[in-house]
Amino acid sequence: MKASDRKRLLREMIFYRRFEERTFEAYMERKVGGFLHLYSGQESVATGVLEVARPGHDYVITGYRDHVHAIKAGAPAREVMAELYGKETGSSKGRGGSMHIFDPSVNFMGGYALVGQPFPLAAGLALACKHKGTDQIAICFLGDGANNQGTFHETLNMASVWKLPVLFVCENNLYAIGTRIERSTAVTDQYKRVCGYDIPSSQHDGQDIDVVMGSAREAVNHVRSGKGPYFIEYLTYRYRGHSMSDSGAYRSKEEEKQWSKRDPIILFTDKLKDEGLIKDEDIKAMEKEIDDEIENDCIKFSEESPEPKVEDLHKYVLDDNPDPRWIGPLQNNEA
Amino acid sequence: MAEIAYWEAIRRAHEEELNNDPNVIVMGEDIGVAGGTYKATLGLYDTFGEQRIIDTPISENSFTGIAIGASMAGLRPIVEIMSINFALLALDTLINAAAKIRYMSGGRASCPLVMRTPGGTAHQLAAQHSARLARMFMSTSGLRVVTPRGPLDAYGMLKSAVRCNDPVIIIEHEQMYNLRGEVPDEETFRPLEGAEVVRQGKDITLIGYNYSVHLCLQAADKLAKDGIDAEVIDLRALKPLDRETIRRSVEKTHRVVIAEEDEAPVGVGAEIIAIINEDCFFALDAQPIRIHAADVPVPYNAKLEKAAIPNVDDVYQGALKAVGKI
Ligand SMILES: Cc1ncc(C[n+]2csc(CCOP(=O)(O)OP(=O)(O)O)c2C)c(N)n1
Ligand SMILES: [Mg+2]
Repeated sequence: MKASDRKRLLREMIFYRRFEERTFEAYMERKVGGFLHLYSGQESVATGVLEVARPGHDYVITGYRDHVHAIKAGAPAREVMAELYGKETGSSKGRGGSMHIFDPSVNFMGGYALVGQPFPLAAGLALACKHKGTDQIAICFLGDGANNQGTFHETLNMASVWKLPVLFVCENNLYAIGTRIERSTAVTDQYKRVCGYDIPSSQHDGQDIDVVMGSAREAVNHVRSGKGPYFIEYLTYRYRGHSMSDSGAYRSKEEEKQWSKRDPIILFTDKLKDEGLIKDEDIKAMEKEIDDEIENDCIKFSEESPEPKVEDLHKYVLDDNPDPRWIGPLQNNEA
Repeated sequence: MAEIAYWEAIRRAHEEELNNDPNVIVMGEDIGVAGGTYKATLGLYDTFGEQRIIDTPISENSFTGIAIGASMAGLRPIVEIMSINFALLALDTLINAAAKIRYMSGGRASCPLVMRTPGGTAHQLAAQHSARLARMFMSTSGLRVVTPRGPLDAYGMLKSAVRCNDPVIIIEHEQMYNLRGEVPDEETFRPLEGAEVVRQGKDITLIGYNYSVHLCLQAADKLAKDGIDAEVIDLRALKPLDRETIRRSVEKTHRVVIAEEDEAPVGVGAEIIAIINEDCFFALDAQPIRIHAADVPVPYNAKLEKAAIPNVDDVYQGALKAVGKI
């Protein structure tokens, strides 16, 4: 990988961290409402996987912790922020909010609140790719907890039988809200659960983005080459509570400390320093530039954008411009 | 008599029923160690242990099915589903199994399951966290559906639901868990059937259930200032529905407004108006009015959300229309 790409990746991860932490502030200022789930601590997973896939070309779908996946997939960060602000200029025109970022223009097919719901949707996106004979794949990011839904098992089976080009990325952060994985899940190594479906699978460190990229590259190649689905598991950790209404008090300080030592941004920064690609001053400058970008672009854009109009309440429920040939009214139908 | 919060009332009912009957168990996501999303099961895990207070994986259809099976074999499970939106995943087992087991077995099997879940909109939780869905359960033969409006019913109806031999769906509300109200210190049961006249009046009947009762009560206060004396009925139970109380009230006031937080089509209001047509059509002096949500998925944006969901003023305006003041 080129030095400039490595520096760009570091910048991206720092950007995502700062973006998420800024949304936290905006939530505190009540500019952002509803449920807000932050991705801090897990940046290396979405960043690494999508770096070796083809964002904009491949389909990407995920759960409610979706801001970073959307941005890395190609959704403009300012539009994601504007969505959190509930503005008309947001990714989902203010209708969806934090949990439901959509940008079909880059094949980012949404964030969904219902745990496990995206599994079959991802397989369906893959089915369409296969049907059309494109070289696209579908990538589904979900948590460890989602694997306890029936949709996980049913979808894996079909995806395998039909050899669908879908990559399932499991972000195993050890918790589903306040329930630790071994209290809910018989086999805690998620990649092992897939063997019943004859789908290749593997487990990796999710905090080291080089490891993520290396392993994801193989998985992506497998899926893209027409060999069918792949399931890849990354061990990772979310820093904040599950959402703003959760303090995360069920986790031990010791555990949090252990994981903070394996912070994906620090790990990668240290590597780039060792490689002589970056110095402390560069990082300072980078952080400053990122903060300015978030403030002067994302936040300013969101603040200044208009809200949706109340008259438009019924917009987007159904096709707003349907073809009357299919919709009616019936002719010669006087009462 | 102490004033307690809605969530505390539910917690107390759990505790008493767990103490009363070793066959009572509680199941749900994050209800045990974490104490429950709404604190309705706070501390129970410590007292009753993991065999009775069961943290489940995120597997709504199957853990509800497990509760149904357990209930067929004599346990009294109380299932908490974190949000009524997630209850949709359990509809197969609730509607195809729980609601029909007694009937399909010719009365030889039963399914004394209690499922509690909050419906309703809160603040900007968007389309996948704001479902109401009372009407869907209400339209299923074989279920009981209740909608406690305050701590007393939240407490007393849960207790009755645990004792009752039918599957009971208790629909709570995201915005009511901190609502306070009086609950007697001594053990109390509240019936699972019967509407309640929560305010007497002679000029118009306002009908609500769950959260919308509060909209009706506040609208009634406003109407009183205009010299309009409104009666307010809390349906309490959506299934079976108390037609008698509705009829008596309409025959007295001759005018009616129904407030529901749900969208109107095929809704609770539609059913009530059909019942009024059937039972007391000629008592009406004005067309019945229903106040309901806009027929759209619930928007995230706060202004749009507000426009989509009925409020006190909507009920008030509806009542003015029904009495011919606008
Ligand atoms: C069907 C359904 N049930 C329950 C919930 C409530 N819920 C939201 S997130 C979550 C935990 C999910 O954990 P995991 O899949 O590990 O993802 P993470 O939040 O850790 O990224 C739960 C139980 C939900 N949103 N949908
Ligand atoms: Mg998790």
